[in-house]
Amino acid sequence: MTATPIAPTSADHELYPSRGFLHDTWVIARRGLLHMRRQPEQLSDATIQPVMFVLLFAYVFGGAIDVPGGGEYRQFLMGGIFAQTVVFTAFGVALSLASDRKNRAIDRFRSLPIARGALLGGHALTSLLKALLPITLMSLCGLLIGWRIESSLPEAIAGYVLLTSFAFAMIWVGILLGSVIATPEGVTGIAFSLLFPITFMASTFVPTSTMPGPLRVAAEWNPVTTLADALRILFGNPNTPIAVGDPWSIAHPILYTALWIVAIVGICAPVGVRAYEKSLAK
Amino acid sequence: MLPSTHGAATSPTTPSEAGFGVFARGLVKRFGAMTALAGVDLEVPTGTVTAILGPNGAGKTTAVRILTTLSEADEGRAVVAGFDVRSHAREVRRRIGFTAQDATVDPLLTGRENLVMLGELHQLPRAEARARADALLADFSLDDAADRLASTYSGGMRRRLDLAATLVGQPAVLFLDEPTTGLDPRARSELWAVLDTLVTRGTTVLLTTQYLDEAERLANDIVVIDHGRVIARGDTRGLKRALGGDQVHVALVDGADLEVAARVVRGVTGRDVSIDAGARTVVAPTLDGLPALLRVAAGLSEAGVAVEDLGLRQPSLDEVFLTLTGKPADGDSAEAQAQEAS
Repeated sequence: MTATPIAPTSADHELYPSRGFLHDTWVIARRGLLHMRRQPEQLSDATIQPVMFVLLFAYVFGGAIDVPGGGEYRQFLMGGIFAQTVVFTAFGVALSLASDRKNRAIDRFRSLPIARGALLGGHALTSLLKALLPITLMSLCGLLIGWRIESSLPEAIAGYVLLTSFAFAMIWVGILLGSVIATPEGVTGIAFSLLFPITFMASTFVPTSTMPGPLRVAAEWNPVTTLADALRILFGNPNTPIAVGDPWSIAHPILYTALWIVAIVGICAPVGVRAYEKSLAK
Repeated sequence: MLPSTHGAATSPTTPSEAGFGVFARGLVKRFGAMTALAGVDLEVPTGTVTAILGPNGAGKTTAVRILTTLSEADEGRAVVAGFDVRSHAREVRRRIGFTAQDATVDPLLTGRENLVMLGELHQLPRAEARARADALLADFSLDDAADRLASTYSGGMRRRLDLAATLVGQPAVLFLDEPTTGLDPRARSELWAVLDTLVTRGTTVLLTTQYLDEAERLANDIVVIDHGRVIARGDTRGLKRALGGDQVHVALVDGADLEVAARVVRGVTGRDVSIDAGARTVVAPTLDGLPALLRVAAGLSEAGVAVEDLGLRQPSLDEVFLTLTGKPADGDSAEAQAQEAS
């Protein structure tokens, strides 16, 4: 910085140079990780909930659901549960932004000489790390109930990369929601009335082929469907066989999902950052 | 210098800003239809303490938020620690410490973790951040609680941690928004003692308060604001003089002595006395302080009046506002509401 003081003060002593965006982001992220460790109950949406869904669908509903093209339901289920869980990443981010604003902790951070964007960067980084936790837990839980990755190592890695990238995209959705919605309570409301249905109107738990006309079309173009399908393909799990008349999204689930990730980040990141800054500048 | 009265908020002159930790001219801030600040001038000479005194919703917090770069003024300009808050927010942030009205320490972090984190965000090297955290924990008698979560702290401890957190960056200018609101008397006087030390070290402080005794105890200068306007300002003594000084307060054992006591008090202070028959009290303002009190005591003793309580008291904020505006401070929470709603 080349700023010259208008009127130097006597106490203009040791001023350390800026340590940069990455340093500040990491300090804020570390705070988020400590919060996670000190409030394990807050992690239930990322831990107990997905595990519960795995068990519920595997043992309660699973017996009644047929996988078209054959194959075991538990193998089919895991791709869907992975997809649903990363969509909910958005909820955690939105909630932590709204809480920080509510208790005004944000004011102290904003009066500090930290790099522009580091506050949001720290939240995003914490959320990304937090998203890895349920992915790991569910993989282990899946293995316990008999799920297996039947594909090659590069394909499996590609599956996890796609999953993590989708989580990254959902973080920006969360930043947008958390900035636009005023209170933590409001965030919870929206999460359950918006995110929840979206994750169910998809091939998450059942094949889309059983759904009635318009709903089936919505489900076929829903990126949650294609994410679940893409994961099933990449992990070598049973998936509804792709037929000739299927829409493009269903025929190319990996590419279609990747395009969604790019689009979500491309739109929600700039809009979300602006909404976030606006939500603070009061 | 005697305080100026109504309408003296904006000055067309632009004196040199050098030598001021805080220098603001014509600050205006609106929240929708509500005007929180209607043109406020502030100046805090380097190394001194200024208190902004006013009721809830007067605009105190809004002013502090503008000066600490948290909020932008709609009009006017402010220079803090030598830098314009609008154009050089980051340079300002490097040089200030800010304690908000509600403690903003992180309850899920320990006292030490809070201070180290804020030190690092003040761009200190990690070792330096740790060293400063240790020193501050000791200074604020928090070393025993250093590794406990801040959520387990008492209100007074949390406030002390909050203040320590404000000092991590060794600020040139310190902003304290109602530092003792909600504290019990003991925690309050502890905090005052800490602030005294800071002031003797030469830190420039701008604090807001609802209490005249706090302003008088801590500040060199007092700015009284009401409905977003400065209604009086001056050094503590001058302002207090303008407000009528201290009050001689006499409580009697027997209500029958009220007339006699009133005559004695009037004789000493030469001012109108107010008599409360129900409470059996006689109150009158005085500029002479202790000598006046001693003369009242002697007079009452001579007249053979049995006294239950006798003392010098500060006028309350309500009485200050009564003197300045002719009406009591209305607890108008428009500012608070606007802050809530935003």
